[in-house]
Amino acid sequence: MIQIENLHKRFGKNKVLTNLDLDIHGSGIFAVLGPNGSGKTTLIKCILGMVIPSSGDIEVQGKTIKKHWKYRQEINYLPQIANFPGNLRVKELIRMIKDLRQKQSKEEELIKLFGLEPFLDKKLSTLSGGTKQKVNIVLTFMFDSPLLILDEPTTGLDPGSLIKLKELILQEKNKGKTILITTHIMQFVEEMSDEIVYLLEGNIFFKGNVKQLMTRTNQTDFEHAIAAISTQTTDA
Amino acid sequence: MLKILKYSFYDLMRSRWSYVYFLFYLALGFVLLFLNNDLSKAVITLMNVIIVLVPLIGTIFGVMYFYNSKEFTELLLAQPLKRSSIFLGQYLGVAGSLTLSLILGLGIPFILYGLFRSDAIWDFSLLLVTGAFLTFIFVALSFNIALSNENKIKGFGYAVLLWLFLAVIYDGLFLMSLILFEEYPLDSFSLAAILLNPIDLSRTLILLKLDISALLGYTGAIFKQFFGTNKGLVVSILMLILWTILPIWRLVYKSKRKDF
Amino acid sequence: MYRTQLQLLVIVFFIGTSLWGKTIEVCATCEVKSIKEGIAIAADFDTLLIKKGNYKEFNIVIDKPLTLKGENYPVVDGEDRGEIIRIIADNVTVDGLHIINVGTSYTTDYAAIRVVKSDNFLIQNVVLEKLFFGIYLERSNHGRVYNNKIIGDAVDEYNSGNGIQLWYSHHVQVDRNIVQGTRDGIYLEFSDNITINNNTSINNLRYGLHFMFSNDDVYTDNTFENNGAGVAVMFSKRIKMIGNLFKKNWGTASFGMLLKEINDAEIIGNTFEENTIGINIEGSNRIEYKNNDFISNGWAVKVLGACYANSFINNNFLYNSFDISYNSKLNDNVFEKNYWSNYTGYDLDKDGIGDVPYRPVKLFSYVVNRTPETIILLRSIFMDIIDFSEKVSPVFTPDNLLDNMPLMKRSE
Repeated sequence: MIQIENLHKRFGKNKVLTNLDLDIHGSGIFAVLGPNGSGKTTLIKCILGMVIPSSGDIEVQGKTIKKHWKYRQEINYLPQIANFPGNLRVKELIRMIKDLRQKQSKEEELIKLFGLEPFLDKKLSTLSGGTKQKVNIVLTFMFDSPLLILDEPTTGLDPGSLIKLKELILQEKNKGKTILITTHIMQFVEEMSDEIVYLLEGNIFFKGNVKQLMTRTNQTDFEHAIAAISTQTTDA
Repeated sequence: MLKILKYSFYDLMRSRWSYVYFLFYLALGFVLLFLNNDLSKAVITLMNVIIVLVPLIGTIFGVMYFYNSKEFTELLLAQPLKRSSIFLGQYLGVAGSLTLSLILGLGIPFILYGLFRSDAIWDFSLLLVTGAFLTFIFVALSFNIALSNENKIKGFGYAVLLWLFLAVIYDGLFLMSLILFEEYPLDSFSLAAILLNPIDLSRTLILLKLDISALLGYTGAIFKQFFGTNKGLVVSILMLILWTILPIWRLVYKSKRKDF
Repeated sequence: MYRTQLQLLVIVFFIGTSLWGKTIEVCATCEVKSIKEGIAIAADFDTLLIKKGNYKEFNIVIDKPLTLKGENYPVVDGEDRGEIIRIIADNVTVDGLHIINVGTSYTTDYAAIRVVKSDNFLIQNVVLEKLFFGIYLERSNHGRVYNNKIIGDAVDEYNSGNGIQLWYSHHVQVDRNIVQGTRDGIYLEFSDNITINNNTSINNLRYGLHFMFSNDDVYTDNTFENNGAGVAVMFSKRIKMIGNLFKKNWGTASFGMLLKEINDAEIIGNTFEENTIGINIEGSNRIEYKNNDFISNGWAVKVLGACYANSFINNNFLYNSFDISYNSKLNDNVFEKNYWSNYTGYDLDKDGIGDVPYRPVKLFSYVVNRTPETIILLRSIFMDIIDFSEKVSPVFTPDNLLDNMPLMKRSE
């Protein structure tokens, strides 16, 4: 599904990703973790083509993404901070994205699920952070694409909506899709993820499932395991 | 690209500023015509306004729009769209809506005052064409500046500085070099200096069409020869097109290499 | 008084002679077949009635007081061989002829009609075409040139002549003539007390009207349009210029009126419209400019060199690119109660006179005088800015050059 080889990215003198190799295939939920500034968002944006790699190659569905854009038709992306053009109405935004992607969509179902009906005619600048995030989720899940990339999907959600989001993600997984998630909520990772990709200083420090992580760190508790992996590095 | 253009255009058409701009020109047109009721006189006054205001408004509006639509841009970048389409679409949306405001805002009062029955129609059309060119040029330049500067304040500052340079400082330097080197033949130098600044070029084009060419005297023979003929007009228009295309080209080039 | 009496006398005299003299008919089928023949057999104060037809004649010399009258514009064709009519006697009238094909020469000024040392002549209703010089008055006084039409086709100054030329001729009236396509439409040299009224002088190569060393002349209600330059007045005194129209004298070195070394003239009620330079003044003193309209000129008034004690009162300066241009810092001229369309002051006491003085000289015009190429910066913001700063505190332009009483409304 996604194959990354020798990926380097520098912002000026600051090396964010160095010689990163990553192979993600098959369906399942892949959690991309790592401390702040480890390059999670940069990696995701590289896959999306928003950040241009300094060197290295990225393939999505067996095709290089360099100078291509049509592959994004197969990706649904949930950005980290839901910033939308303020003077658009929710309805208009949804219609616009549909118009741009020209794909089958199921937004009505999702709007109902998150109870967004009363907000449809509101301008995006007037919405609260949580509601914006719900709109964000609707926009991401309304299309049927084999790859989903979710950058901090839980931000600002109330517990009820969080449960609905989890259900949604699981549904998609059961349809055989590949789902990439970054988050800081460890409980969410433990509960949802099939595989963990741990980024540190611009490279992959660990890749495997929760059990493997615990064995490796000799911890019984997931959160401690994650903490331990960080300290391991500081020791190393 | 057309879809992006459409959305940028709609977005702008409903923004307050397009209306302010449109109403400003509408008011200006009516006031000018009301005050002297003479189309050709009004064309001269309008020229002054267009030479100063159109580049300034194009610059500020362009920078403002670019920074304000950062979220919109990022939203689009994750969609299956070509980068060049996204930026070209936004650019054309801004430049197009500004040009539309200009043409409608000035066109309506002049048509109501009998433009089509007047001989000023060619001068007026030339005025609108140069106005459109200046809009496209300065929006493109400001997009370039905004694209290269993440810092809003800096970008804004550079944009205003660019306007100030082309609209005022350039002429000052030009004047000084003319006076400094007055013993030398300056015709070709002046011609080149005029061609290299879109504001000066537009001003000269309009002035010569308004038949002030005779003021140029013997020394201005080369200007008359150059700008007075169709060849000169074609070269001038080509220069304006070049001035439009170069920043657009850089915009596309830079946008393809930028990280978001 | 003296002049009107004289005119009366002349008219009575002519009527008298036509009554008393006999009439000789000239035509192809008449007894007398050519004009020369007619003159030869005519007695003093006879009339030659020249019928419609084509007379191929040149060097016709009128040596006795006669009236040559054309019927239905007979054509006198000089076939480019030289001068056509020469008048060397007093009291000659030429009326209603159509004279064409005057010879061109680089050594002799051939004219269609030349009057030499003869007084009391009258040349009227004559049409001249394909000419070198048109009507040439040489040391001839007290005559009248009336209602003639002179149509030249001059291309270059060096091989073309003037429409009406006066040389050492005094007390002549030049009225209601139309002169076009010659070198100078009307040219005066050493000719005093001439009146020039209601003429139209257009499309001439050099000047519409040209004075040299001629004093006490008056010209009123003439139209000068699209000439190389409208009127040139040089080295002359006490000229009155009233109610003329100077229009579209437009080109790299064109002007409506050129004054050079002129003293004590009056310029009243003229209109200068769309000229590159309305009036170009060099070394001219004690001239009164009153009630003139300067409309849409490049420069309304351009002052070069020393000009003293001139006064500009009650003129209208409308939409000129530059109102006044000076090339020096000195000013000894008065500007008062003019209307300036560029004036931006206010009139709080509502007396029709602006409360702030107007400075008609822009810094830009000073800069352009110095470096003419800078005109290309006309109407640029930079120029507006430095003009404004100069207006606030004059450094380069004469600081006493201002209209202290600018009118708020156009003076009628």
